Amino acid sequence: MLGWELPPFNSGGLGVACYQLCKSLAQNDADIDFIIPYHAEHDIDFMNVIPAMPQDVALITKSGLAYDSQKFSYNNGSTTELSIIDQYYVYSQSALAIAKSKKFDVLHAHDWLTFRAALLIKQQIDCPVILHVHSVESDRAGSDSGNEIVKEVEETAMMMADEIIAVSEHTKSKIIEDYNIPEDKIQVVHNSADSTVVTNDQLDNSYKFLLEMKKYGYKVVANVGRLTVQKGLPNFLKSARRVIDVCPKTYFLIVGSGEQFQELVDLASELGISDKVVFTEFQRGKKWRDAFKVADLFVMPSVSEPFGLTPLEAIGFKTPSLVSKQSGVSEVFKNCLKVDYWDIDEMSNLIASAISSDALLEELTNRGYDEYQLMSWQDSADKMTNIYRRHLTLAEASR
Amino acid sequence: MSNTKSIVLYLHVHQPFRIRHYTAFDTAINSDYFDSPYDSPASNEQVLKKVTAKSYIPTNTILLRLLNRYPDFRFSLSITGTVLEQMERWAPEALRSFQELVATGRVEIVAETYHHSLAFFYSMSEFEIQVKMHEDKVQKLFGSKPKVFRNTELAYNNDLAKWAEAKGYTGILAEGWDPVLGWRNPNFVYRPAGTQNIALLMKNYKLSDDLAFRFSDKNWSEWPLTASKYIKWLESSKDSSNINLFMDYETFGEHQWADSGIFDFLEHLPSEWLKNDQHNFRTVSEVIEQNEKVDDIDVPNTITWADTERDLSAWLGNPMQNTAINNLYELTDKIHETKDLQLIEDWRKLQTSDHFYYMCTKYFSDGDIHAYFSPYDSPYEAHINFMNAYRDIVYRITQKGIDIDG
Repeated sequence: MLGWELPPFNSGGLGVACYQLCKSLAQNDADIDFIIPYHAEHDIDFMNVIPAMPQDVALITKSGLAYDSQKFSYNNGSTTELSIIDQYYVYSQSALAIAKSKKFDVLHAHDWLTFRAALLIKQQIDCPVILHVHSVESDRAGSDSGNEIVKEVEETAMMMADEIIAVSEHTKSKIIEDYNIPEDKIQVVHNSADSTVVTNDQLDNSYKFLLEMKKYGYKVVANVGRLTVQKGLPNFLKSARRVIDVCPKTYFLIVGSGEQFQELVDLASELGISDKVVFTEFQRGKKWRDAFKVADLFVMPSVSEPFGLTPLEAIGFKTPSLVSKQSGVSEVFKNCLKVDYWDIDEMSNLIASAISSDALLEELTNRGYDEYQLMSWQDSADKMTNIYRRHLTLAEASR
Repeated sequence: MSNTKSIVLYLHVHQPFRIRHYTAFDTAINSDYFDSPYDSPASNEQVLKKVTAKSYIPTNTILLRLLNRYPDFRFSLSITGTVLEQMERWAPEALRSFQELVATGRVEIVAETYHHSLAFFYSMSEFEIQVKMHEDKVQKLFGSKPKVFRNTELAYNNDLAKWAEAKGYTGILAEGWDPVLGWRNPNFVYRPAGTQNIALLMKNYKLSDDLAFRFSDKNWSEWPLTASKYIKWLESSKDSSNINLFMDYETFGEHQWADSGIFDFLEHLPSEWLKNDQHNFRTVSEVIEQNEKVDDIDVPNTITWADTERDLSAWLGNPMQNTAINNLYELTDKIHETKDLQLIEDWRKLQTSDHFYYMCTKYFSDGDIHAYFSPYDSPYEAHINFMNAYRDIVYRITQKGIDIDG
């Protein structure tokens, strides 16, 4: 399996989805070598995590997030920083070398950064190649046209792949629309959530100010995610302005980093709500969990979200969500509020209505949590296992 | 009219209490907004010690020597309460050196707000408290009572002049901005429109900025600038009684580094100027006493000494700045209700204009003078640190049982 990140060295949902899917696949007796582009100590015992590195490189360390530069330390002691595109080329050569040294039945590659490697391997080793599409370039680019190099590799790889897995119907139709791939070649395997029992210990929250203000009747509306065009946060802030007009006792918490950071800080000021919008950088661990916990409502306003795990993570902490209809998760998660990302009127209305009605929040929480309890990655893993089996049979038959 | 010509040198000494990297996770937990680790660019102690070594001590050494050597040498200083507090804590030797200057009787201290704030534009009562606090501090440390007023950033308009006259000040300082002066030049004593007794001294920004901004600029056609060349420029303005050289004190050794030759320049300025026996130095109140007011100056809209706009846009030019300062002053009544002196003082330290200057996005991309003075990577970071500290102030008010929305 070819991937780009795994928790806790992930910047978002991709790493989590790969981790959870592989964990469940391992329970179905899949024997997985997972090739990633860096060195790190992962606490993983259900598969082999293998760093892809050129022969003369001793160590690759991540600096910052998954989409930042990485530091290559060579055997001769020198070091260099590589950009994301450089890493992408280095990774494909190294992954090919590893693939040549291994025996395997199916190659399963996650998202465009690994697709060039998949193409090279397909060329040199005749094996079934399954591409797992967690997002396509037009999702990530929002209203922009996107990166042509990325679109090229996505298109080429998808054309040659034996099978394409889309994380949602939303993504499947994007693939058909953007790359003209035959519908029959694409299977939807939804992401999921593994319900865990959490204690929502409200007294021990990192966001002490928000916690304190809740005692005075304030509500907290949160978003956790990268600050990029795809995530639709300007509309969220515009809605926040309207919500504060009718519900002044509301704080908005925005947890994340990204290229829209400055624009969003500016916008909050222009809207005159800087006192009510709390920005933090990207967080991990407790501060990440506490953002969900302290919120009365989680909002995922994405312009285009192939899946979008955060609302499921939120309900895991017993926080209900408002999600954009342009997301994969809205296909599978029923007990949440839904809105078109562009409909600021309705977004404001739903946020204000939810935080003004404890009954509504409670119902969304209880019903959503019940639904979440029934979710499992095992269903997704079972679907994947069947797909693997079919390709094995096909490969067997054509030999 | 006599032919005497005075240099009115006025230096402004100020350091803010910079806010540390203060996150949402500090709000409501730590109220130590101003305590950066020593190695951080926002460390007030580190900056003060650096400026003491590079600027205050070497400059005061020269100034004291000049005062001893030339009985006619004299000048004026404004020193904010925030920098005085910092000197008391971290550089008592710097404070002593200023006290030695004032003890000569030829260095006049100018009045201003203790916290270097823009309170005049937001809360008159708060403004007056801060002016009084500064007066008390100056009285205590220097044993003198200021007679001439300068507002933060030389922010000035007719209303401020009327206020200063009513408070009994004999003079007030402003930028000698051409659109305000019209055909006139800044080198005389003027009267603010609508006042009787108070005098207005206007900065000769060209000659002041030759030192404050251009002195070390090797691309400047006049570089290098010597004291004798500079004095020729001062002499060439025949139509003048007083040349008002107003600038940041830190021009000497901090904005213009020692290796630029700025200290040699300062050392030679008095001897070059005093070669002509019609020339002298005067403090701000002396030049006001000794000269007639030649005309009225009308300034209905606020002017300052900053940027090419000479308005408040460096502090209040974008929504981040406006929302931050409005939010802060909206707390005025509630904060006084708490009667918590430490809380009120922290709130006042957030009023220091520098915090809003750090949020300035004008020319942000050019990495200009605004960026040079900011301890933060971007105006956005400055804004976020500030708002997190602001929310901690809100939290502390609520902890006193005061309804923040009531």
